[in-house]
Amino acid sequence: MEEKKNKMSRRDALLGLATVPVVGAFFLGASAKSSHDEEIRESILKELNVEAAAPPESGPMSGDPIRIGIIAFGIRGEQLGRALGFATPAWIEQMKKNALENPKDTRLKDFLEQESQNVVITAVCDLFTVRAEAAQAAGTRDGNKPKIYRDYRELLGDKNVDAVVIATPDHWHAPIAIDALNAGKHVYVEKCMTHKVQETYDLYDAVKRTGLVFQLGHQHRQTQSFLTAREIIRKNVLGHINLIQTNTNRNDDNGAWQYDIHPDGNPQTIDWDMFLGNAPKIPFNAEHFFRWRKWYVYGTGLNGDLLTHDYDRINCLLEMGIPSSTTASGGIYTHRDGRDVPDVLQVVMEYPNFKMGTTQEAGKEQGMTFMYSATLGNQWDRGTLLMGHDATMELSNQVTIHADPRSTRYKQMIEDGTINLDVPMYAYNPSAKGVDAVTGATAKYFASKGLMYTYVNGKRVDSTFLHMREWLSGIRNGTKQSCGIEEGFEEAISAHMTTIATRTGKRVDWDPVERRIKVDNATLESIGIA
Amino acid sequence: MDGTVKSLSYSATQTWMLTILRVLIGWHLMYEGIVKLWNPGWSAGGYLMDSQGFFAEYFYKLAANPGVLEVVDFLNVWGLVLVGLALILGVFTRLALWGGIVLLALYYLSHPPLIGVKYALPSEGSYLWVNKNLIEIFAMAVLLVFPASRVIGMDRYLMTWRDGRKASSNGVPARKEEIPV
Repeated sequence: MEEKKNKMSRRDALLGLATVPVVGAFFLGASAKSSHDEEIRESILKELNVEAAAPPESGPMSGDPIRIGIIAFGIRGEQLGRALGFATPAWIEQMKKNALENPKDTRLKDFLEQESQNVVITAVCDLFTVRAEAAQAAGTRDGNKPKIYRDYRELLGDKNVDAVVIATPDHWHAPIAIDALNAGKHVYVEKCMTHKVQETYDLYDAVKRTGLVFQLGHQHRQTQSFLTAREIIRKNVLGHINLIQTNTNRNDDNGAWQYDIHPDGNPQTIDWDMFLGNAPKIPFNAEHFFRWRKWYVYGTGLNGDLLTHDYDRINCLLEMGIPSSTTASGGIYTHRDGRDVPDVLQVVMEYPNFKMGTTQEAGKEQGMTFMYSATLGNQWDRGTLLMGHDATMELSNQVTIHADPRSTRYKQMIEDGTINLDVPMYAYNPSAKGVDAVTGATAKYFASKGLMYTYVNGKRVDSTFLHMREWLSGIRNGTKQSCGIEEGFEEAISAHMTTIATRTGKRVDWDPVERRIKVDNATLESIGIA
Repeated sequence: MDGTVKSLSYSATQTWMLTILRVLIGWHLMYEGIVKLWNPGWSAGGYLMDSQGFFAEYFYKLAANPGVLEVVDFLNVWGLVLVGLALILGVFTRLALWGGIVLLALYYLSHPPLIGVKYALPSEGSYLWVNKNLIEIFAMAVLLVFPASRVIGMDRYLMTWRDGRKASSNGVPARKEEIPV
């Protein structure tokens, strides 16, 4: 002991501990920086008073499985099948391969980990034999094999079907949905809700009359970033919103509805007359069958197919409803392949009475323009912007808010440096702990619009899964639908107004008292959407 | 170098410069660790998924499994904090330097500055093959071969204690260090 003591001189002690004060300095510095950052964060958050919103609670899914009939099993039908928990064997094989080639591709894993919806597919219907069989294969499980119907009316007569999922071309949405409701089946239908103006009223009445559960397929309403954005807007963080910019930017065949034509598609395998339905009678045309979105007689073009996503995205935030007037123009500028729907389109919707919070003197601010701009020939992401007097919100799967330099509300915070105009004052990224991989340009486009997935407690979940779950919970527990017939009516009427404007080149007005589009029937008939 | 205090014969300036370098690297690593530790939303997932180069697949796999990712996050954060602290204090410096080299080598391998490779996370400078991770790796390698922590740093105690044990087992009294500090 004595010898050791001798060896440890004062000099040893000093040199051994020479750098210890650095640790003190480190923690002083680190905690000063951290509390500075935290103080700024806290003061902004306190001012904004925003909390990330949780997805709506849906009720328990226990009990007997709900018996589902799937009507149409094309691209979207397959996706809806997976959201219900049923994938085709071919898709599973393909995804296995993809996952091997690209470890970032977790679609199969996500699908297998998806919670059960407690449903059984009892019946399927598709006009194309190959797809009907694929639907049957997807739905076959635990001894249950869905029955194939070629005619949807027979499927609606099946006692073993409680509810139907409709993913047909647009011109069949309303006729089938109305028949289904009349047959006592709950309905989940894809957008655009209707193809023609009168159908919108008829479907509205059918839902009201039957009281059955109706959900329109705008699944982004389940996206957490949107729910958070709604909370932010309700707290008047943006001030008076005067302009909204939305858009579609795509530049690939799939995005331009140039889908694959199945080699087995022919008059023997496809019920062509049934496909035509209320469309003009023409001889069999495989391109029309597989790429129906390119023609107004079956589809609704950019107006019904993609504008509706953006319209409903904003309608779920602002509940601004049907515009007072719309103007639109566009053309076929990048895909001159025989289609008659524009591939470049600009739409302006006016809301002169819109009012939702202000930070200036009363009466100064009122009214808002919703702008939609689309091209299928360029995929530069222009971002969705909600522009208010006090701040601008950029909305995708994330939410970013930039204070406006001339804001009234944040004037003081900008002056004292609490808000730095060079960086967003608020950013919400529900995937902060997660990892994303989205393959393909169109998939990225959809993901940014909250159409592919969202996050629940940091875990990535298919937003369509949640949307269908909400519908199923409505059937089981009577819970509310976030995109029911009221929202669907507004979506369809607004879309039809823009279609009329696009096709006539004239401004189209809405009569809120009569609840009618101010347009004569002859005009509607001339463009085939009376 | 036989590992005893007396065998080092750096000038005072050399010793202090090596010490300052060690403390600065320690500070850097510890702050990187602390920032992550204090930010509950932090995960290495995004960084790993942004990997490129020969080992990219391996890093994707680490990120793909949530359980594994949690372990990676934990090891990374506490690795950085402990390595940084040890370097500042000059305690277990050899072990800390090796730990730091391994961590930085992993960062380097996951984001090598190769020709034609682009990363989602922007870098603040311009690099080709050599980047700051690589330089810091070799700065730590320098510290490994010039172990000044035996003069300035807690390793001095460890050395003194070890010398004392050796000396008492040999029966020869240990010599005090003679570094002109």
